[in-house]
Amino acid sequence: MDFLKKNPSLPVFIAVLVIFTLVVTFLSEAYGTGALSTSFVKTLGKTLCLALVAIAMDLVWGYTGILSLGHFAFFGLGGYMIGMWLMYARTKIIVVESMVNAPIPPTPSEISDAIGSQIFGVVGSSDFPLVWSFAHSFWAQIALVVLVPGILALVFGWLAFRSRVTGVYLSILTQAMTLALSLYLFQNDSGLRGNNGLSGLQNLPGADAISQDNISIWFFWASAFALLLTYLIAAFVVSGKFGSVIRGIRDDEARVRFLGYSVEGFKLFVFTLTAILAAIGGALYYPQAGIINPAEIAPIASIYLAVWVAIGGRGRLYGAVIGAVFVSLVSTYFTGGQAPDINLGFYTIKWVDWWLVLLGLSFVLVTLFAPKGIGGLFDLVSGRLSPNRQGAPLGPDKGSLREEEAEQ
Amino acid sequence: MLRRLVAACLLFLTCALMAQAQDRTVQDVLQEHAEVIVKSSRKTIAPAIEALAGSGLPAAQDVLQAWQSKDMWQRQSDGLFFKAEKRDSKTYELFDFTTGQSVGTVEKSDLKQLKPNSGIRAMIGAALVQFQLNDPDPERRRAAILAIQRDGEASHLAPLRESIAQEPDPDIKALKEVTERLLTISYDTDEAARVTAINGFKGALSLEARAALNPVLTTKTVYAEDLPDTANVKRELRAGSRDLSASEGYALMIAAGALEPQPSPDARKSALEAHIKDGMVGGVPVAALNTQEARDRAYVALAREGVVPPFDPSFSIEDAVTGVRFAEVYAEPSKAVTDAAEVVLSSINRAVGLNQMFDLTLDGLSLASIYFLAAIGLAITFGVMGVINMAHGEFIMMGAYTGYVVQQIVPDYTVSIILAIPLAFAVTFVAGVAMERLIIRWLYNRPLETLLATFGVSIALQQLAKNIFGTQARPLTSPGWLDGALSINDVVSISYIRIAIFVLALVFLGVFLFIMKKTRLGLETRAVTQNPRMAASMGINPDKVNMLTFGLGSGIAGVAGVAIGLYAKVTSELGSDYIVQSFMTVVVGGVGNIWGTLLGATMIGFLQKGIEWFNPSNTLAAQTYMIVFIIIFIQFRPKGIIALKGRAAGD
Repeated sequence: MDFLKKNPSLPVFIAVLVIFTLVVTFLSEAYGTGALSTSFVKTLGKTLCLALVAIAMDLVWGYTGILSLGHFAFFGLGGYMIGMWLMYARTKIIVVESMVNAPIPPTPSEISDAIGSQIFGVVGSSDFPLVWSFAHSFWAQIALVVLVPGILALVFGWLAFRSRVTGVYLSILTQAMTLALSLYLFQNDSGLRGNNGLSGLQNLPGADAISQDNISIWFFWASAFALLLTYLIAAFVVSGKFGSVIRGIRDDEARVRFLGYSVEGFKLFVFTLTAILAAIGGALYYPQAGIINPAEIAPIASIYLAVWVAIGGRGRLYGAVIGAVFVSLVSTYFTGGQAPDINLGFYTIKWVDWWLVLLGLSFVLVTLFAPKGIGGLFDLVSGRLSPNRQGAPLGPDKGSLREEEAEQ
Repeated sequence: MLRRLVAACLLFLTCALMAQAQDRTVQDVLQEHAEVIVKSSRKTIAPAIEALAGSGLPAAQDVLQAWQSKDMWQRQSDGLFFKAEKRDSKTYELFDFTTGQSVGTVEKSDLKQLKPNSGIRAMIGAALVQFQLNDPDPERRRAAILAIQRDGEASHLAPLRESIAQEPDPDIKALKEVTERLLTISYDTDEAARVTAINGFKGALSLEARAALNPVLTTKTVYAEDLPDTANVKRELRAGSRDLSASEGYALMIAAGALEPQPSPDARKSALEAHIKDGMVGGVPVAALNTQEARDRAYVALAREGVVPPFDPSFSIEDAVTGVRFAEVYAEPSKAVTDAAEVVLSSINRAVGLNQMFDLTLDGLSLASIYFLAAIGLAITFGVMGVINMAHGEFIMMGAYTGYVVQQIVPDYTVSIILAIPLAFAVTFVAGVAMERLIIRWLYNRPLETLLATFGVSIALQQLAKNIFGTQARPLTSPGWLDGALSINDVVSISYIRIAIFVLALVFLGVFLFIMKKTRLGLETRAVTQNPRMAASMGINPDKVNMLTFGLGSGIAGVAGVAIGLYAKVTSELGSDYIVQSFMTVVVGGVGNIWGTLLGATMIGFLQKGIEWFNPSNTLAAQTYMIVFIIIFIQFRPKGIIALKGRAAGD
């Protein structure tokens, strides 16, 4: 009960999510009227995964104050890990089927060689690289979905926080990490098929008989469930004493350190936890998208993640969800060519071309005039208004109280 | 009129020459050897060619050329030789060799074409070389020598040696001497002469010297147990080492007949397939053949029946090649020559390596100056003011597109570049000031949000550029005097455009230092950076100073854009390609210090080129490792190479 009192948004969020899931199910082609096409159900499922990673971003940025421009790298890594198993298992089924009519039954090493040349023929190789050692095992790859991004985040975070890289420096460093990772994966000899990436992920191995209509709604349910769990975890993390400490770190790191808290430990925990959450989101997202390639990990993707959270409203979990859902769905609407062109007489505005300009400018406007984002609208409803901060800061950090605020 | 006069002069000249050699013409020489020439046999033709080449007659070269190109014909009626040109399908016009004059048109049936075979043509070619090497025109002599350098033959050696002594031009003489040595290495029969020639190339850098030495040193890996004693062995090898894999050794042994080849797995598999009887092969059911062990068992059973070649399941390639000697053997039989060549080639490789190192340094320097150019604007806005401008890359792009637009209006490339630089500065200065006024000054207390807001500007500007200029790359052409490269020797060269960028980077450094240290604006900027309140109470307007400083940083980014656009294609993504590297340059160098930025750019540029040198085919890997290195570097020096100390450091 205490937990619910601290998170008044939680019941509302759960209710909205459950209703949304039911509505989509009853409108889907598999279990309902068919008003929503399968591809749109997939889009909605992917959007839920993006909302999940946005919650992770909100935890690390909105609550802990670490503007990480690298969380989409963890998202992509999660996708790669599950993609390896999907691709291996499916190729194995195809290869075994094709060999069943051979006069002599194939040996295990012949099957493995055939799978290798199927998967890596596109990058001019046929041997399995070391990173594919566990690709045959579903549970091993599921473990790697958590372990690989988790360990990367742990090592990177430990190095960065230990040497007290903070603020914009940390942002640039995380961006560099993302860039390095995507450049590495772009190479053909990285072992993950270079810029071809992994493809055909929407076909679950052994599920050829089941139509994509059903698979899409299953993934939608899984994404909704994962989002719910993530929201619960995040709400739990930020509501207790732990939450107070990380908010303290966001507002004045030095003071929290002087109070005797291990700032580095708290930051490292949040950074690693959110990296794992992001990876789980990616592992659910890419089977719905069907393909993953290094371009998905490019630094720009992580910046968009920050954009969603900022537009939705930092420092509140439902804000991140709203931002991710709103911006990504509106983006899909405008870039998908469905939006009607506006004819100005002398020039026709094509939204495919102008949407990014609009997004960029509205993002600037939100940053300038509505730092609380869309989530701030709920404060107007609930009547919670923050004090008007003006004048010079009292404390050493940019986020500290201002003179006039203190006089009130 | 004039033409007739010239013709008359020529006629007179020819007559005078004829008078000089009146006792003997080329035709006489040809007639003396008419029999062998007509017979056209490689064994007997040599005296005829020698007589022509040694006759000293000016027309001899023409005769040889005509003969070689099958343009020499014999008139049946009197047996005289002429150069003939086809007039129509039946008739040919004949020209006298000595005078060059036409002697009338003749039916083809009255003529006999001389058709030297390829062997004879080669002999004629060798004889002709002598003429080309002694040609009065130095350019033709040079061309002939270079042709010999490209693909020389043994027969060129003698005429080349003869022509050296008479060579008047010292440059061409040196060239001839070098060529003579190259030919000696490859074709001379005398071992001592070859060794001397090889030693003459010690420390040389030219590609030709390396090309002449490398064939001398070609080696072949062979099975060495029954190698003759005369073989010129480079070194002994063991199979299974780094230089010779076990399977390669196995293949060599089989090729040498030292080992009975075992049937390969594929061959065994197809043999099994061919002998399936009632679902069984060699007593093993087909369904059980899904392991290698079962297959071997079935195959051995078949081999025992004698229907397939024998196979020993315990055979392994590794065991078969263990203890067997293999050797690398030179194709060149003479040990003295190969030893000398090895020594000289390693000295050449050392010299080449040194020069490559120098070339790499130049490459690194030019990459460093590009990074410096891209980062210097950022060093002002980020380093001095502490403002993260993610749209910095887009200012670079704006500068490059300004250059492109100017080139569309002003067609002269030199003038357009000179116009484009101040214009690009003006455009991005205005854009920078506008951005500072409208966005950044509201966010001075919120650096992370500056990052995000300027990122919004960045994606808007990038898309805007795409909408205006399209997605395809636009060329920004450099003026003609920047084309080409300054090559110091065969290994070291640097293009002029890179030198120009380097100079521009130096100029920028100078301008930056001048503005910061010597002008009022620089003084005020430094004051506002250190303590805005104190500066304001001294009568400085911090708003104005911030605005101008930001404009200056953006303007410099615009000029950098023109420079970068000159050597890279201008696209809307031009800026985003450099933004991360630029930030790293500033962070690695140390924020707030221009010398730090310079050092950072140098380090990153050299590092990237250095890593590329280890793995030249893969620039992506080089960038990856460089970024990883930088991340690690920042762990140890979080404040960069040059860290500010004291109050200016801000904390």
